[in-house]
Amino acid sequence: MDFLSILSIFVLACFVGYYVVWSVTPALHTPLMAVTNAISSVIVVGALIAATGAGLGKWLGLAAVAFASVNIFGGFAVTERMLAMYKKKGR
Amino acid sequence: MSLPHTVPSWAMLAYLAAGVLFILALRGLSSPASSRRGNRFGMAGMLIAVVTTLAIHDLASIGEILAAMVIGGLVGILVARRIAMTAMPQLVAAFHSLVGLAAVLVAAAAYLAPEGFGIVGADGLILPASRIEMGLGVAIGAITLSGSIIAFLKLNGNLSGAPILLPARHAINLLILAAILGLTVWFVFDQSPWVFWTVTALSILIGFLLIIPIGGADMPVVVSMLNSYSGWAAAAMGFTLHNVAMVITGALVGSSGAILSYIMCRAMNRSFFGVIAGGFGAAAADAGAGAKTDRPWKRGSAEDAAFILKEAQQVIVIPGYGMAVAQAQHVVREMADKLKEHGVRVKYAIHPVAGRMPGHMNVLLAEAQVPYDEVFELEDINGEFAQTDVAFVIGANDVVNPAARTDRTSPIYGMPVFDVQKAKTVLFVKRSMGGVGYAGVDNEVFYLDQTIMLLADAKKMVEEIVKAL
Repeated sequence: MDFLSILSIFVLACFVGYYVVWSVTPALHTPLMAVTNAISSVIVVGALIAATGAGLGKWLGLAAVAFASVNIFGGFAVTERMLAMYKKKGR
Repeated sequence: MSLPHTVPSWAMLAYLAAGVLFILALRGLSSPASSRRGNRFGMAGMLIAVVTTLAIHDLASIGEILAAMVIGGLVGILVARRIAMTAMPQLVAAFHSLVGLAAVLVAAAAYLAPEGFGIVGADGLILPASRIEMGLGVAIGAITLSGSIIAFLKLNGNLSGAPILLPARHAINLLILAAILGLTVWFVFDQSPWVFWTVTALSILIGFLLIIPIGGADMPVVVSMLNSYSGWAAAAMGFTLHNVAMVITGALVGSSGAILSYIMCRAMNRSFFGVIAGGFGAAAADAGAGAKTDRPWKRGSAEDAAFILKEAQQVIVIPGYGMAVAQAQHVVREMADKLKEHGVRVKYAIHPVAGRMPGHMNVLLAEAQVPYDEVFELEDINGEFAQTDVAFVIGANDVVNPAARTDRTSPIYGMPVFDVQKAKTVLFVKRSMGGVGYAGVDNEVFYLDQTIMLLADAKKMVEEIVKAL
């Protein structure tokens, strides 16, 4: 894919991000941060590519996979834990 | 410019699907009811991205990769299970630093072994465009890494929340930033190791220097800002790898953090650049010491408070971070339950800066089993104080200070505040008359005719009120 296509996707995604984030209820801003944290660990894709290589790059990649995994699992798990606490008036 | 990328079409579509699932994950957060489904979408998106990447690459080292994932995953899940909700800002800062670290490692790996990333040109050198993206990626990643470490240490109390001001810091910072940008451009012409590593080292340094002078009160903005940076770092690496999932995610997270920073700045009436410049909260500590006055005020007991609360039709609780520090949120909810038995309508009013990060107080109340439909944001409830019998302020101060509206010389002038003075009675739970809020300013509300000061530890006071109800 060429640079301009990627740039187009990026710019459009910024607009999507802008509108989607403004629609997030302020009550869920902390879970929003936790989940954006988890999804920004999609950088694990780059880490995996590096880890399938050889030499020093492979070891850097493996370290990055481990750190990103802390974030992915930790981020989604802590978001899930927080969201489970939000209850409506049930009584 | 054609690139020697050999990603099959199905994989491109899979990455696109992952990106769309991430958008849906954030979309789900528009209401608590749909939020958990949204989180599942996020997990699914991540699974697709990981599996796709593994499927299109040589799996010789799959054992080591899985081991790295299991170790990281276990650490993550353990931390996520054990962390106290009050410590959420530190946790998020720590997580940001890991995203930054991963970005730096990936950029370094791509620099050392560019063949695997398909970014080598016909001349055997790294493609010029990729060098820019790589330089930006490593710079933003490194700033996120070191900045988040400082934010973590400040939030966790390992480092004083007071701003640390170095002489000529603005000049030094601008110089370093200019050097980073200059070297990133230079990197296009010369891909020598010293350029790459100097950019990395300078970026780590500037991350420390940028966050060190920012005071504890501004940390919600800093955490949001670093959230944004972690997104831009992922986006820059996405450009290097020509990966749609990473670019979409980077844009989402980058916008999210930027919007949250803006919301926090607006809630404190601080300019974004004012926060970044740092130093806020340094002078306030001195002003606070002189703020004691001899003006008359009323002190009440838990029994007085219980009597007034019972007779009310509507009570609005305004919690501040002091309540969370005293661990009083559970007993406050018990008090609300008792009041509801007496037919009192109870609502909670949350200021955006009530916690230590955006939405923090909402999580703390949710943890204490306060139903979310009883919790209201500033602009939604501020008109109701005139029809409210009791405003119950607990652990908050600056956010109910009318000086923010009236006193142009006040450090908090212009900050949106709750109009508690319009309520028939104000019950103000506070440890002592001496201490003042973060901004270190006196509060007119203390001396109003309808205000009763309940001076005690927040948790003890509310426990006694519950007993008296």
